Amino acid sequence: MNDQLKSMTADVAKGTMTRREFVGRAAALGVTAAVANTMLANSAQADGHGTPVRGGMMRIGSSGGESTNTQDPALTASEAPLNNIRAWGELLVEVDAKGELDYRMAESVEASADAKQWVFKIRKGIPFSNGKDMTPDDVLKTMQRHSNEESKSGALGIMKGISEMKVDGDNFIVNLDTPNADLPFLMADYHLMIQPGGGMDDPGAAIGTGAYTLEIDEPGVRHAFKRRDDYWDADNRGFADEIEQLVLNDATARTAALQSGQVHIINRVDPKVAALLDRAPNLRVESVAGRGHYVFIAHKDTAPFDNNDVMLALKYAINRDEMVDKILRGYGTKGNDMPINAAYPLFDDTIPQREHSIEKAKEHYAKSGHDGSPIVLRVSDGAFPGAVDAAALFQQSAQAAGIPLEIKREPNDGYWSEVWNVQPFCASYWGGRPVQDQMYSTAYLSTADWNDTRWKRPEFDEMLNAAKAELDNAKRKEIYSKMGRMLNEEGGLILPMFNDFVNGVSNNIGGWANDPNGPVMNNKSHIKCWVMDA
Amino acid sequence: MHPILKLIAQRVALGLMLLFAASILIFGGTMMLPGDVAQQILGQSATPQSLANLRESLGLNEPAISRYFSWLGGFLQGDLGTALTNGRDIGESISGRLGNTLFLAFWAAVISVPLAIFLGLLAVRYKDRIPDKLISAVTLTTISIPEFMIGYVLIYWISIKLGWFSSVAIINDSMTLGQKLNAIAIPVMVLTLVVLAHMMRMTRAAILNVMQSAYIETAELKGMGMLKIIRKHAFPNAIAPIVNVVMLNLAYLVVGVVVVEVVFAYPGMGQYLVDHVAKRDVPVVQACGLIFAAVYIGLNLIADIVSILANPRLRHPK
Repeated sequence: MNDQLKSMTADVAKGTMTRREFVGRAAALGVTAAVANTMLANSAQADGHGTPVRGGMMRIGSSGGESTNTQDPALTASEAPLNNIRAWGELLVEVDAKGELDYRMAESVEASADAKQWVFKIRKGIPFSNGKDMTPDDVLKTMQRHSNEESKSGALGIMKGISEMKVDGDNFIVNLDTPNADLPFLMADYHLMIQPGGGMDDPGAAIGTGAYTLEIDEPGVRHAFKRRDDYWDADNRGFADEIEQLVLNDATARTAALQSGQVHIINRVDPKVAALLDRAPNLRVESVAGRGHYVFIAHKDTAPFDNNDVMLALKYAINRDEMVDKILRGYGTKGNDMPINAAYPLFDDTIPQREHSIEKAKEHYAKSGHDGSPIVLRVSDGAFPGAVDAAALFQQSAQAAGIPLEIKREPNDGYWSEVWNVQPFCASYWGGRPVQDQMYSTAYLSTADWNDTRWKRPEFDEMLNAAKAELDNAKRKEIYSKMGRMLNEEGGLILPMFNDFVNGVSNNIGGWANDPNGPVMNNKSHIKCWVMDA
Repeated sequence: MHPILKLIAQRVALGLMLLFAASILIFGGTMMLPGDVAQQILGQSATPQSLANLRESLGLNEPAISRYFSWLGGFLQGDLGTALTNGRDIGESISGRLGNTLFLAFWAAVISVPLAIFLGLLAVRYKDRIPDKLISAVTLTTISIPEFMIGYVLIYWISIKLGWFSSVAIINDSMTLGQKLNAIAIPVMVLTLVVLAHMMRMTRAAILNVMQSAYIETAELKGMGMLKIIRKHAFPNAIAPIVNVVMLNLAYLVVGVVVVEVVFAYPGMGQYLVDHVAKRDVPVVQACGLIFAAVYIGLNLIADIVSILANPRLRHPK
């Protein structure tokens, strides 16, 4: 929808323009009366409130699917399989769009005073799609499968701090080695779908408590689902009778499918075409600021990056405004060399933003006494979309400050195993986490497996642990603020930009509500939206 | 034994040896790629422990040579094994994909081969005149534009603007033939435009070559019509090079259309192979690689045999 139409629909909503006037003016812009009426209906529901329509078939087009995908939640790592497991499975808790807990299989959560013991009260009478009722024992087995000795789960890293898990009546109890005030947020990790018997016998059986059952499973091509009549939360989810997910990895193919009406929702609209696509009359582009960030990471334990003046010179040399403008085409926000932004709870917005400054870059570079040998930055477009271009911009602005940055282009294939977390200076991407603690614990704790900047500072670890144990939010905010400032000043992380999630949505879809946790409403648009003319 | 049967037997045996060599090359090549299947599956969320567990359960800790021979043993018994990444039966997955690839290649060939030969004949008939130049100009233009570009342009006009055919070519068994043909209409057009020029130019060149022979002149002097001369005297003698280039293009339609598959999200072999190479899923890469190699070898064999049958001198060697 173009801007003029948007402001007109807003006028109708406010009552400053009549419906008839709207249809007339829309016709002047080349929009037919039928489409104009749907637009009005949509804008009334754009906030996710309108009356849900049940039935029909919803089609979504997704990138991030391959013929190698499975339905095993433990091995889910990209978007198309994530949409699949969200359709048939559910978690203990989810994080909602406001960053608060949304209780799913757990009906409540309580912590002991020291935040070392967490009790999840499990809902009763919720059937799996195989007919059996879900029990606390299934929850326990699921968590065991993701954390035991033989686990191959992508969630193994976050399950580390748990010392004991047990079942007591209706409760599932987690005991921790060290206190963690954010534990329930860890349980919202998408790998931890509750499966019968923990999915130990058949992890890819696609049996869960979700709103849909898997009917057709052709990895890398399409997946089809049917609504369950016995779904427990039918008031809030599972409106379409059927869902079909088409795997469309090519960005142009995805956009074309949305434009020609073959799918209702697509993920990852290319920022280069988003503004153009938004002008099409039958659809809109929904973008939401998220926690994902595009970064250049340096190992703090390797020369010359152990010299903080070299780091600061690089941090001042990068032109963040230019990157947001040219790489993200405005669909994003500036970063401040710390992995946290306003999308996180307890974010301190008083931390000063680092701006591009050639003078300061020169000053720090001179102070560092670097011998002038080229600083090699490894990069590939697999790191993030536009990474090679971003590196070229970085190189130019560094050159202006006299810093010899040399770009070495690496193949996309094998980038995450051969370059990232191996080479001392490279481009990378982080998807962000629901809470600050999880982001820091995943990548900035001395002992973290994914400490990709080799940030090993005992005082930082101590602050992180203190914040974990602190249940008073004002005090936690203060600690997180200190940690953020420390990374900003001394870290190996150069964070020029946070990217928005840019989605394409047909006007025939109701119930859309942006969610900063992930693309396409945190990969839940297919279970939370409805087809208006179903 | 008839010399032709002997020749076929020789070629088939040679083909099998080539396939064996190809399997070693594919296996070695996949081994040389950085990273292994466990790393590729877990990607950025890998930890040392989950990697070790996954490697153990996939049997990656065995030496490469013994993995190769256990694969070869299964293959010789007709068992393609299961994919390492998702545990699916490879034979089952491939048969569907191969069927789709052949379906698309078949319809593209049915349209493009007769069309190319017909245009080639027409070009000879009107040599150096406007129809000839027009045919060459148009087909050479379409072969010079990258196929994804032609694909996008056709999607924009035919699918989005006119709404005639679907831009997504995902087909499945529950669709009728009509629905399937509707879904693959635009990819077939793209492939036709891509392969047309090669076959058309070869037909034109081969026939023009024959047209300069004395017997064509004789036929002309006897008052035979131009198209009839081409059809009855020139074409049979030009068939060998034409068949060769037709077979090359058929092979391309089967093994080389991954770009078109991606643009139209078509569930064929190409995308299937690329996905599994990216994940280092060796058994699947082997199976796909061998099928592709077999298609190439088989079509070349057919081209050779047809050229021999079409040439009496080769048919009856002294």
